Amino acid sequence: MAQYTLTTPLTSEDTKQLKAGDTVLLNGTIYTARDAAHKRLVELLEKGEELPFDLEGSVIYFVGPTPPKPGDPIGSAGPTTSYRMDSYSPTMLKYGSKGMIGKGKRNQEVKDACVKYDGIYFGATGGAGALLGKKITSAEVIAYPELGPEAVRKITVKDFPVTVINDTYGNDLYQMGREQYEVKD
Amino acid sequence: MREIEFDDVVKAVRDIIVHCGTDLPQDTYDALKEAMENEKSPVSKEVIRQILENADIAKNEKRPLCQDTGLAVFFVKVGDEVKIKGGLLKDAINKGTEQGYTDAYLRASTCEPFSRANLKDTVGYNLPAIIHFDIVAGDKIDIEYAAKGGGSENVSRARVFPPAAGKEGIVNYVKEVISDAGGNPCPPITVGVGIGGTFEKACISSKHALFRDIGSVNEDPEMAELEQVILEEINKLGIGAMGMGGTKTALAVHIESNPCHIASLPVSVNVQCHSSRHTHITI
Repeated sequence: MAQYTLTTPLTSEDTKQLKAGDTVLLNGTIYTARDAAHKRLVELLEKGEELPFDLEGSVIYFVGPTPPKPGDPIGSAGPTTSYRMDSYSPTMLKYGSKGMIGKGKRNQEVKDACVKYDGIYFGATGGAGALLGKKITSAEVIAYPELGPEAVRKITVKDFPVTVINDTYGNDLYQMGREQYEVKD
Repeated sequence: MREIEFDDVVKAVRDIIVHCGTDLPQDTYDALKEAMENEKSPVSKEVIRQILENADIAKNEKRPLCQDTGLAVFFVKVGDEVKIKGGLLKDAINKGTEQGYTDAYLRASTCEPFSRANLKDTVGYNLPAIIHFDIVAGDKIDIEYAAKGGGSENVSRARVFPPAAGKEGIVNYVKEVISDAGGNPCPPITVGVGIGGTFEKACISSKHALFRDIGSVNEDPEMAELEQVILEEINKLGIGAMGMGGTKTALAVHIESNPCHIASLPVSVNVQCHSSRHTHITI
């Protein structure tokens, strides 16, 4: 399992070198979106309309942060469970997004879309919101402020720690890890 | 009759919410530390190391442990010789909840079921709290509190078995629920199992079981043994921390058992994430 440091936007060259189980420190701009924002973004894409940000090479973080304390860019900001975005992620990847950060397993359609469009599903440590929030150096709501914690934010991250769960070759760390440690009677 | 000021209850509830939001209870911290030391998978070991580092940062810098600061859940035992002066106990708990969530910059996660509208501008900030009342003898109020996140709640399940299912049926059911959940509930988890009673009694018992300190031993030796059997079975699944593969999927299994109908064996499985934020006060 290798370690990488990558800066967004990601290219196919970046994503194709990664394998399930590798750890990555992410840097640069990423965008936050949860269920409600994904629904709106995918509707725009299907209508051929412009998104509030450039999707090409983008990394989408599934997170609904706590309110920031005075002086901080953002509050605690760990990943939310990703399967709720399964119906939207293949479209996001099709239109140029290259990465997703969340927690928990994805369905086969998402894994297939990662292979087809050179996308990566990264896992961040759920429940490590204080630690991960500190890796975010700036945050700005750029769309859907009425959604509160679910608004789309443009954030800047520095050495944000993630693990490759689904790679561009169809591998799945959750399956591989479990098979390795499962005790069969 | 002992009189307790409404505002004293508000303040006590506010204080435990602020504390629990940023300070992982010692029993949970110790159990995670032990899990890290014994974990065979280097990937899972690193995840638990991050979880512990997160707890240290949250405590030292007063930051929420997790962005999912939960719904506020209370089990309240009210002494029959207690009177709240200046309002209703339920209102005091809700008011304290709102103040705690606001003061500690915790997230308001309560929404209307279908519009998904956040209720902070209508009902109140992260209100209503989920409160289970009981009346007991005495002149005190006993409040158990936990912040309950959504990821672990979403994998929880209940089922009413025929009596013939027995202990074996319960062990297999819990194992199936946790196996299907994988990494979604943020393992290493605590598993609350409610057995017996009626359908809803089993559910409430499984929730209450999560409020017990990790590492405490069930007073009923038969249930203590069953807890160990289920814990070992769960840890054979190989799910590991955050589902990345490993030997520590659960920190503990807690069972609460009740008498039930001769025709039924209700079982409820309620899961708590590794950030088991819970506490207990007496007023």
